[in-house]
Amino acid sequence: MTSYEPWSATRASEIIAAHAGREGPTLPILHAIQEAFGFVPEAAVPMIADALNLSRAEVHGVVTFYHDFRRKPGGCHVLKLCRAEACQSMGGDALAARAEAALGIAMGETTADGRVTLEPTYCLGLCATAPSAMLDGKLAGRLNAARLDQLLAETQR
Amino acid sequence: MSLIHEIDYGTPRSTSETMVTLTIDGETLTVPEGTSVMRAAMEMGTEIPKLCATDMVDAYGSCRLCLVEIEGRAGTPASCTTPVMPGMVVKTQTERLKRLRKGVMELYISDHPLDCLTCAANGDCELQDMAGAVGLRDVRYGHEGQNHPNPGLDESNPYFTYDPSKCIVCSRCVRACEEVQGTFALTIAGRGFDSVVSPGMEESFLGSECVSCGACVQACPTATLTEKSVISIGQPEHSVVTTCAYCGVGCTFKAEMRGNELVRMVPWKDGKANRGHSCVKGRFAWGYASHKERILNPMIRASISEPWREVTWEEAIAHTASEFKRIQAKYGRLAVGGITSSRCTNEETFLVQKLIRGGFGNNNVDTCARVCHSPTGYGLSQTYGTSAGTQDFDSVEHSDVILLIGANPTDAHPVFGSRMKKRLREGAKLIVVDPRRIDLVRTPHVEAAHHLPLRPGTNVAVLTAMAHVVVTEGLADEAFVRERCDWDEFQDWATFVADPRHSPEAIEAVTGVPAAELRAAARLYATGGNGAIYYGLGVTEHSQGSTTVMAIANLAMATGNIGRPGVGVNPLRGQNNVQGSCDMGSFPHEFSGYRHVSGDETRALFEALWGVPLDSEPGLRIPNMLDAAVDGQFKGLYVQGEDILQSDPDTRHVAAGLAAMECVVVQDLFLNETANYAHVFLPGSTFLEKDGTFTNAERRIQRVRKVMPSRSGKADWEITIDLANALGFPMNYAHPSEIMDEIAQLTPTFTGVSYAKLEAEGSVQWPCNEKAPHGTPVMHVDGFVRGKGRFMVTEYVATDERTGPRFPLLLTTGRILSQYNVGAQTRRTENVVWHEEDRLEMHPHDAEQRGIHDGQWVKLASRSGETSLRALITERLAPGVVYTTFHHPGTQANVVTTDYSDWATNCPEYKVTAVQVSASNGPTAWQKDYDEQARHSRRIAPHVEAAE
Repeated sequence: MTSYEPWSATRASEIIAAHAGREGPTLPILHAIQEAFGFVPEAAVPMIADALNLSRAEVHGVVTFYHDFRRKPGGCHVLKLCRAEACQSMGGDALAARAEAALGIAMGETTADGRVTLEPTYCLGLCATAPSAMLDGKLAGRLNAARLDQLLAETQR
Repeated sequence: MSLIHEIDYGTPRSTSETMVTLTIDGETLTVPEGTSVMRAAMEMGTEIPKLCATDMVDAYGSCRLCLVEIEGRAGTPASCTTPVMPGMVVKTQTERLKRLRKGVMELYISDHPLDCLTCAANGDCELQDMAGAVGLRDVRYGHEGQNHPNPGLDESNPYFTYDPSKCIVCSRCVRACEEVQGTFALTIAGRGFDSVVSPGMEESFLGSECVSCGACVQACPTATLTEKSVISIGQPEHSVVTTCAYCGVGCTFKAEMRGNELVRMVPWKDGKANRGHSCVKGRFAWGYASHKERILNPMIRASISEPWREVTWEEAIAHTASEFKRIQAKYGRLAVGGITSSRCTNEETFLVQKLIRGGFGNNNVDTCARVCHSPTGYGLSQTYGTSAGTQDFDSVEHSDVILLIGANPTDAHPVFGSRMKKRLREGAKLIVVDPRRIDLVRTPHVEAAHHLPLRPGTNVAVLTAMAHVVVTEGLADEAFVRERCDWDEFQDWATFVADPRHSPEAIEAVTGVPAAELRAAARLYATGGNGAIYYGLGVTEHSQGSTTVMAIANLAMATGNIGRPGVGVNPLRGQNNVQGSCDMGSFPHEFSGYRHVSGDETRALFEALWGVPLDSEPGLRIPNMLDAAVDGQFKGLYVQGEDILQSDPDTRHVAAGLAAMECVVVQDLFLNETANYAHVFLPGSTFLEKDGTFTNAERRIQRVRKVMPSRSGKADWEITIDLANALGFPMNYAHPSEIMDEIAQLTPTFTGVSYAKLEAEGSVQWPCNEKAPHGTPVMHVDGFVRGKGRFMVTEYVATDERTGPRFPLLLTTGRILSQYNVGAQTRRTENVVWHEEDRLEMHPHDAEQRGIHDGQWVKLASRSGETSLRALITERLAPGVVYTTFHHPGTQANVVTTDYSDWATNCPEYKVTAVQVSASNGPTAWQKDYDEQARHSRRIAPHVEAAE
């Protein structure tokens, strides 16, 4: 279970300043912002744009291009199920339906108690152990109904 | 006449001099290295289907429609991103390519609504054209764009709509905003099917960073971005190439028409000043031409307290002529004069000065350049021998260091600003000398290497200190100076600037510019490669305006930055034809081509052709005319298209001068502020309603073409002709081309200019004569026009306008992107959504001291007068300096400015006024009185049918 800092413009400025001198600083800054706050708050976008002398459109384009950059706070746990071809052929569809039913949410949503976010992902590079998933950054392979239920149980702890 | 369809080559032209020969569809052709296969094919007349490619932006390779086959290469590469290679053999049409393209089009159309018949782009849609080109007959994957995300129609911009449901995500708009305009206001948000064009952070266009230049609308291949005028009128059916009538950039546009109705203005790619780009004013702000306040009938009145009476042209002209005759009979030949307009054509200004010199028999003619760039004319003619900038706009593409002084191109000369930004993104360095942190100091992808935020009025001190660094650190280009300039004068100048009292450290306290920063800037300009100086009214509108121009000229000569592309001294001239009005002899001491009226030979030339004796004494300048009027010696004024009451300094003095005259004739589109004091109003014509030429800031003479009949019945040149004839000074021209022929006959720098030449070459830059039959893009190439370049000693003399306990702040003034000068035109367009009033910008520190918060009404007072407006708190300015624009008559910014002016040319010191700012609760007494007088004076008597 991950906890995040509340939004603070001062803290965001510090994060931006820490990375602004790097080559290609936009992505490292966005990662660091998300790491600190759990998502990329809208208010951070013009700050990043200003610091890097970009337009806010450009930064917005980057943020929205990558699905991994969250624009709203996520749940305490993030469960990503692979929905790509190899996993689908190994029963991924049924697992996705099972997870949705168990949590009572659709793919891309967060439970009402803020505990779990369920997300599709398109290939974790684990086709050999399909169907695959990732819970809070930890990979899981050779999923079946029981293994999925174990992962779901972990999110409730 | 038909609609001009410009060829789209798909990718930009390559400037390489190395040539490459290849074969396309069996034909052999030779093109510059770096040309794309797509462009090469188009150059031989073969159009490869394309959607994401257009020649205003770089190749992108996303639409996959322009695929070709190349012998010896696997697959089907995109022709837009594939450069030509020697010996390459290309096929643009094969069975495989046909199948692939059809498949790609099927996918596009499956994601696009099929409402072609009711779509605004019907008849001007590249998607439709490409569907036709690839022979699309069926779509297998769903219909009516059901997949496409549609966040809703955005109509926030007053001039165009954004309909995401029509978008094919080609990114042409995004790339045009980046590469052509340089604003980066657009992006693609999301990815895959979710991709949408996003202004800012998925904001409305109006709320985003968009500056409404129109480049995205022009680039859009579908109806996603469409001019509202096209939506309401329909597609145009013919077009005429003409020149914009706003700023001195002189953009060329196609006026696209349906009958006599203007549908839209589209920048013309062959325009040599704008290269296919535009700004919000030229592209969209032409609605004033049909504004309801436009005056279409001549009017007269006996006194300014009476309402106007509409009369026939005959009556108005006869009345005006008899008034001028009466005044001259009663008060003498010198009691009348006139002002030529920098907004009118060369031919029209030429006729007005001819009327005054020949018809009035005196030289009391002046023009608005008096209040803007007269010091440029004086300063550059003293040092180099020509009263104009040295370069063409293309020159900036070769600059390595740009020194920008007292100019704000992204607001005031936006299309040139975009061209400059492009060069800066390519790596050129920028130095900004300006009291205000203008956008170019730091804007996405552009950052000035140095910003010298000087105290207003200390230009000469800063430039002399830069020269001090150049000379004392051994950075002068001695070889250039020895060859091109007067060596003795250079040595005198070098000794002067090397004096320790001119060092950056010594003058830091006066200018407020940190010495180290100034030294670094001077070193960069002197040693950074091609150094180009661009400057504006922040240089000229000072008590030492002419001295500053000379200091700029010195600096360029000392560093060898004159006489080739990429360098030079470039005044950014304000009005569309201010260069032209000066060239045409609008000054009281000069005939066309800057020849003094006391020159017997020149005068004889004019006298012979005009058949009248001409005065050898220079006449009155505008401020002298007003002074003489207040003294009771000057009684009649003919004002062609200029609003001196709003634009000239010290409004109360101007009003007093006008009020003291017996016949003020205003020739304009609207009842402007000056017309409040006029006795005759002659309704003029817009640039859309007449033929002629304008000369832009790079000395480029360009055609203005009539696209619709004059709404008032007469073009301005016809009015002047009628007036001259009524005064007994015959003028007889059937067309403006005949006036240009006379100008060419009388003016050595114009001898090669004719309408036939302009038709053939598109435009020419003067001098255009036997020595330079095709004009002169860059001046002083082999030597200065005056012979040896002349260094002038530039002693800094502080202005008499000083801050003190009563007026502790310095006011400086300027313009904004969406409005144009006195705003007579732009205020009567939708541009008011961006700037509905003038605001007073002030630093938070100054505001806090006075208890002023953002948006509050404040009183702005100087020793000349006081006015009130609302405050805008900003850190763009240093503490101690305040700033406002002067676009709105309600603000009356010039009530505050003073009568101080340039020592050489009388150009007013608009840029430095000592003021005090205090909280206020609304308009001042003067503003209320003024408003009352204006309302009263603008009454027009109702039409009364003649009694039986």
